Amino acid sequence: MEQRSKDRLEGAGIVKKTCRVLYAVCVLLLLADVFIHKHTHFSAEQWFGFHAFYGFVAAVVLVLAARGLRVVLGRKEDYYD
Amino acid sequence: MIDPFPPALILMIGSLLIPLLRGRIQSAYMLLLPVAGLVHLHGLSPGEYWQIGIFDYSLTLVRIDRLSLVFGYVFHIAALLSVVYALHVKDNVQHVAGLFYAGSAIGALFAGDLITLFVYWELTAISSVFLIWCRRTDRAYAAGMRYLIVQVCSGMILLAGILLHLRETGSIAFTGLGLNGPGTTLILIAIGIKCAFPLLHSWLPDAYPEATVTGTVFLSAFTTKLAVYALARGFPGTEILIPIGAAMTAFPMFYAVIENDLRRVLSYSLNIQLGFMVVGIGIGTETSLNGTAAHAFTHVLYKALLFMSMGAVLYRTGAAKASELGGLYRSMPLTTVFCIVGAASISAFPFFSGFVSKSFIIWSVANGHNVLTWVVLVFASASALIYIGIRIPYLAFFSRDSGIRCREAPLNMLVAMGAAAAMCVLIGMIPKPLYDILPHAVDFEPYTMDHVIAQVQLLSFSALAFVLLKRTGIYPSVLRSVNLDTDWAYRRLLPGIVRIVARAGGSAGDPILRGGKALVAATISGCRRTHGPQGILGRTWTTGTAVLVVTIFLAAFLIYCF
Repeated sequence: MEQRSKDRLEGAGIVKKTCRVLYAVCVLLLLADVFIHKHTHFSAEQWFGFHAFYGFVAAVVLVLAARGLRVVLGRKEDYYD
Repeated sequence: MIDPFPPALILMIGSLLIPLLRGRIQSAYMLLLPVAGLVHLHGLSPGEYWQIGIFDYSLTLVRIDRLSLVFGYVFHIAALLSVVYALHVKDNVQHVAGLFYAGSAIGALFAGDLITLFVYWELTAISSVFLIWCRRTDRAYAAGMRYLIVQVCSGMILLAGILLHLRETGSIAFTGLGLNGPGTTLILIAIGIKCAFPLLHSWLPDAYPEATVTGTVFLSAFTTKLAVYALARGFPGTEILIPIGAAMTAFPMFYAVIENDLRRVLSYSLNIQLGFMVVGIGIGTETSLNGTAAHAFTHVLYKALLFMSMGAVLYRTGAAKASELGGLYRSMPLTTVFCIVGAASISAFPFFSGFVSKSFIIWSVANGHNVLTWVVLVFASASALIYIGIRIPYLAFFSRDSGIRCREAPLNMLVAMGAAAAMCVLIGMIPKPLYDILPHAVDFEPYTMDHVIAQVQLLSFSALAFVLLKRTGIYPSVLRSVNLDTDWAYRRLLPGIVRIVARAGGSAGDPILRGGKALVAATISGCRRTHGPQGILGRTWTTGTAVLVVTIFLAAFLIYCF
């Protein structure tokens, strides 16, 4: 049992560290957005942080829509059996 | 000049000899087959071979050109990886079916005419179903049966389309067909079934997760990419494919986010990736077709890698459902790393293979100023992390501790996964060798500063959203459930209607049923009278009588001819 709780802690450690790195990367990327010169096809891509914003929104929209979908289409595991 | 040996037959004929061999010799022989095929293919020069006239039609059994070669190379690599991955399996049926299936898919790639295509098309369907049935469970048997019916239907529609097309144009050549009549429409629908177009797709997430651990790796490579090849050959620049492909990238991901069976999640994401390729074909420019071919190439590798890693988990733990897994990174560290490489590739992280191929397609969409399609494709790219890139490794290897302690995957599986992962990274870092074998000359550079930054922004903020949604508990939890898809129509709706009709029509239908049975009985007894032991046609006749009858026929024939 002791072994298992240690495992959980280690897993959590990796996840926590990864999250911290991610936050830092996100901040850096927004800073980088100011400095790079963009060759784009659409004017919206020129906006500050367009791809960052779109990536975030896409993820949220997907998750919210999928939650709704589960309510409508979700069935018990043995539905077809 | 003698025509070269048809590339498909190396695997097809070779696979039939597998049961004759045992142990290590058998393993070595199975490894040799795809290697020999690849070496043979590499030595072939473009051209048309084995042109045979049958009735009034000229068949071209082997046509080699740059488009078919890209797919041919990756099919051989996939066959080799799959064989390595399956070396521990002691089941000759699976070995023969797997390599025969790979061979017939290769045959279809190099088919120069529609009739040859049809023959190989059906062979892939029939040989591949054994990879599902070999799981030897009732579920797998039923899923395999549904898979087979759908695949054979696709073949029948293809044949009908070919015959109509032949009547309209008098040609069976497999070149750019375009959508211009009922014949080519049927051909497009037949390919669309195999390519898992929206609403025709449900066979894919239904069947692939039910196949054997090693069978799914074979399945993930060939059938759908063969369909992509057939589309690229027959329907480049067909505009209807752009919205179809965009829909394919968009709608399976909602299923992928809430699906519990991780191999089914991979099947949905396979469908999404096919959508990118279909869009590339619909645009039909040299760059976009290059993008489709390149994406098919990288996709076969990273998809096989992902299916291999989940297969290894299933093999060791007996489970592939998120609700039963978690915390496996300590037991299976190498598999974890390989899975993450596959996940990074499919999410198109810079320096992984998906990035250098998917960018092609998105770039050509932007170049054509097709705003709506672009918005959808970028949405699908951003969401890739949510439904697969993070979800698969996280749920299987991290997340909560499931308490499962198992051994690392067997050596042969690790070798196969390692090789696939190495190729994913290599192609991502050095895309030039891949670009050199594409159908058209490449004038595209994926690694520009702004492009890399934009992609990393897209993915990082998508990952950030994942973390926040997870923390706040909004991210869908893992549930033991199934989600209704279009296969509900033939698994529930149709049988239900039949039952209701049968019940409602019970009394009214009785006379009809009795009449039908009487008709059948009458037919059988009629046949017995004429063809039975004492029937006039079933009796043993003396030689003399037979000669007499033949003479009468001859005489009648002579008189008629005069």
